[in-house]
Amino acid sequence: MAGLAAVFGSGAMTNSIEDIEKADVILITGTNTTENHPIIAQGIKRAVERGNTRLVVVDPRRIDLVNQANYWLRQRPGTDVAWINGLMHWIIKKNLHDKEFIAQRCEGFERLAQEVEKYTPEYCESVTGIPSEDIKSVAELIGSAERTSFLYAMGITQHVTGTDNVKSIANLAMITGNVGRYATGVNPLRGQNNVQGACDMGALPNVFTGYQPVTDPDAQKRCRDVWGAETLPDKTGMTLTQMTPAILKGKIKGMYIMGENPVISDPNSSHVEEALEKIGFLVVQDIFLTETARFADVVLPGTTWAEKDGTFTNTERRVQLVRAAIDPVGHSFPDWRILQRIAQLMGTPMDFSSPEQIFNEIRRVTPIYAGITYARIEKEGGIQWPCPDIDHPGTPYLHKDGFKIGKGILTPISYKPPAEIPDKGYPLLLTTGRMQFHYHTGTMSRRCKSLNTLAPSPLLDVHPEDAKALGLMEGDMARVLSRRGEIETRVHITKTVNRGEVFTTFHFSESPVNRLTNDALDPVAQIPEYKVCAVRVEKI
Amino acid sequence: MIYMSKAAKTEKNPNQSNGTEKEISLSIDDQDVIVSRGSTILDAARKKGIRIPTLCYHPALPPIGSCRLCVVEIEGIDRPATACNTEALEGMRVTTRSERLFNLRREVIKMILAHHPLNCSPCPINGECELQDLAYEYDISEMDSDEYRIQIEEFPWKPFSTPILDYHPRRCILCGRCVKICSDIRGLGAITMDGAGAKALIKPVMADDDAASLCISCGECMRVCPVNAIEERMGGIKGKPWETKKVQTTCTYCGVGCQLDLNVVNNRVVGVTTRDEAGVNKGRLCSKGRFGYTFIHSEDRLIRPLIRNEKGGLEETTWTQAMTHIAREFRRTKKEYGPDSLAGLSSARCTNEENYLFQRLIRQVFGTNNVDHCARL
Ligand code: SF4
Ligand code: SF4
Ligand code: FES
Repeated sequence: MAGLAAVFGSGAMTNSIEDIEKADVILITGTNTTENHPIIAQGIKRAVERGNTRLVVVDPRRIDLVNQANYWLRQRPGTDVAWINGLMHWIIKKNLHDKEFIAQRCEGFERLAQEVEKYTPEYCESVTGIPSEDIKSVAELIGSAERTSFLYAMGITQHVTGTDNVKSIANLAMITGNVGRYATGVNPLRGQNNVQGACDMGALPNVFTGYQPVTDPDAQKRCRDVWGAETLPDKTGMTLTQMTPAILKGKIKGMYIMGENPVISDPNSSHVEEALEKIGFLVVQDIFLTETARFADVVLPGTTWAEKDGTFTNTERRVQLVRAAIDPVGHSFPDWRILQRIAQLMGTPMDFSSPEQIFNEIRRVTPIYAGITYARIEKEGGIQWPCPDIDHPGTPYLHKDGFKIGKGILTPISYKPPAEIPDKGYPLLLTTGRMQFHYHTGTMSRRCKSLNTLAPSPLLDVHPEDAKALGLMEGDMARVLSRRGEIETRVHITKTVNRGEVFTTFHFSESPVNRLTNDALDPVAQIPEYKVCAVRVEKI
Repeated sequence: MIYMSKAAKTEKNPNQSNGTEKEISLSIDDQDVIVSRGSTILDAARKKGIRIPTLCYHPALPPIGSCRLCVVEIEGIDRPATACNTEALEGMRVTTRSERLFNLRREVIKMILAHHPLNCSPCPINGECELQDLAYEYDISEMDSDEYRIQIEEFPWKPFSTPILDYHPRRCILCGRCVKICSDIRGLGAITMDGAGAKALIKPVMADDDAASLCISCGECMRVCPVNAIEERMGGIKGKPWETKKVQTTCTYCGVGCQLDLNVVNNRVVGVTTRDEAGVNKGRLCSKGRFGYTFIHSEDRLIRPLIRNEKGGLEETTWTQAMTHIAREFRRTKKEYGPDSLAGLSSARCTNEENYLFQRLIRQVFGTNNVDHCARL
């Protein structure tokens, strides 16, 4: 979420799940909310039904919420910057931007206005395929609404231009004054249960807990003191996507992977397999012998969430309790015990006797968590950070009185076409995503009989016209080829996808779609381009 | 005076004299109650701690008004009214207990039990069943229902709206909660009540175009059914309520962080339930949260550390061996190639505490900032 952090100084959802329903306009893009965040989708449906909220869906696929939408803008994949700039163009042209908010809270408006000058509705239509009339109507709708809430997910961030996309949404929210107030905001919906927490806890190469840069001397000192460390590394480390090439070049020799399955989840996965084959020493800690664990020198049995105490932080920054319901299965151990033991064996004293003790140390090094305690979470039903002291109630929406970094920065952004566009050899555009019955790489959900009954195998969504041209019938097996690899999957014919586009999910190891995807990276956020890659489909 | 059911009343009644005041007062069983305008008699009674028996009523749902168990007497009106969907009005005098009401309620339950077998011991919710409690309270046995005994049909098994749920027509008391939650709360309308009287059934609704079910397998219908007529098909054997421990925790699937209760029997997770008021989800869940727990006891779980042997295969080992090997190898690599030759990948599935310790291990013990997780993905 580097884009948002660059603009607002923090990459989290600015507002709360509860207040989305109270917005006058909800714009959602790059998220099939019904499948990925069903509880939020219900709230959106409820709001629309009550009649006070207008819903705008911007998505190349005919996702479920399109049924409730007042407007459905169907952009060509990878053209997000263009339609967002187009909306801003028309809002400024119609003089609907929030001048007071811009003057007081933002900088860079003139340059932004200049940049979006050329994104006339007609030009946008030619790039994105969205009718110019729709761009105008939606721009006017947002421009004149009191509260607009912007929701997005991986469909926006998983592009070479992902950081640009996010900054563009932030631009749009700021020039319409939709930040720092109830029922507005820029709201990324996070996919995995504790992505927010993993970021908050500093499982990132550039920051300690609470987004304190590793280069910041104060943060360095705070951690050194509490951890009893003489020195700590102060140069930014490598991201996951930089690690693979570093292993292949022989720079990284040893690796510890806890609860991740990059062989399935990473783009261009044959590359990842090659790297894990090569690495000198690999430890994988997981609950199953995953595709990644098969490469390990040592595999450690961790535990599921049902077997441990601790906390998760949800997509709206709410810290909630996880409680052990059963003892660890077999001879497995809660992951925190394993980590602590390794530290001890490598000569660093660590002596926690419970997750709550660990949490209390987190509070000491993390100002945004300082006021949160297990007892308070228990009593108050979760607390939203920032919560700087024990009397602070938590923060339902951010940036109420200003941005962490002073003024909000409006960044002019120009549209760049996706890294790989269809051509003769690979004429179709493949996008990937999630489905409601499975989770991530499927290691957990596919072992649940009920869920696997609902969705036993992967499907490739193909538009009827394309299917006809390819001679494909419902349920046929097809081979999907990209410049990087090929997979086989069953075909589902549906109009949810546009002509020229195909869609599939990445939960199934028997059709590892990331053999196909592109590992071209967003230069800032280092997010690979999952969403768009050119493919050819053949009947088997 | 006319009392309107809550469902029928949408606009404010212009004839009401003090229509602008927010609160009204009434008396229930000779106790004065003050409630906000628009409350039902049931709301008012519950506020005072006066219990009116209910069956089709569920706090997560708009009133249904189908069972007539919640009948009360209102002064000046002959016919008893149903408390769950009758609005409380200024000056009303309500009686919740009388011989007449007792008999009316008893007949209602007898009628239901003529249709619903009192075969409680093999039923998984035996001991935690609203209907069973009522049968006990009103002292009804199978014999009492005999006068209503209609010829019970054996219903052939039919698929429900989703392959992961089973519907038991014999148990169903046709209260309509399941239909209501699916249509009004989920906004789907994937099931409907088909037929009339005791022979009615709950049936799936198919989408017109391709005969596909509208159901998204959320299991909300199962959650609100008072008599376990909708049941998880593949969850395996549940425990009896008195041997089941419910542990409230946060769902492990998506970033919403719904609150749920893991149901535990003999150190095994056997199901998931929710509390109506807990968390952002307020008792609701999606299919993953409700049915995605069986992986916990999957046969594939790793239960011992594995280590690579000379032949290149992975074999079981002890914790001591595994851990000393790990510590030695990481130390050696660090010494030979420097701290930046090590890296760690943490997990968006693990807890905050684990992520925290992980990055502390990589930064402080390994001595590198090469730490990341799959947030970008
Ligand atoms: S299935 Fe359950 S909830 Fe639905 S009508 Fe029958 S008894 Fe009521
Ligand atoms: S599982 Fe959910 S969608 Fe399906 S019938 Fe029940 S309430 Fe409706
Ligand atoms: S509870 Fe009022 S009619 Fe059923």
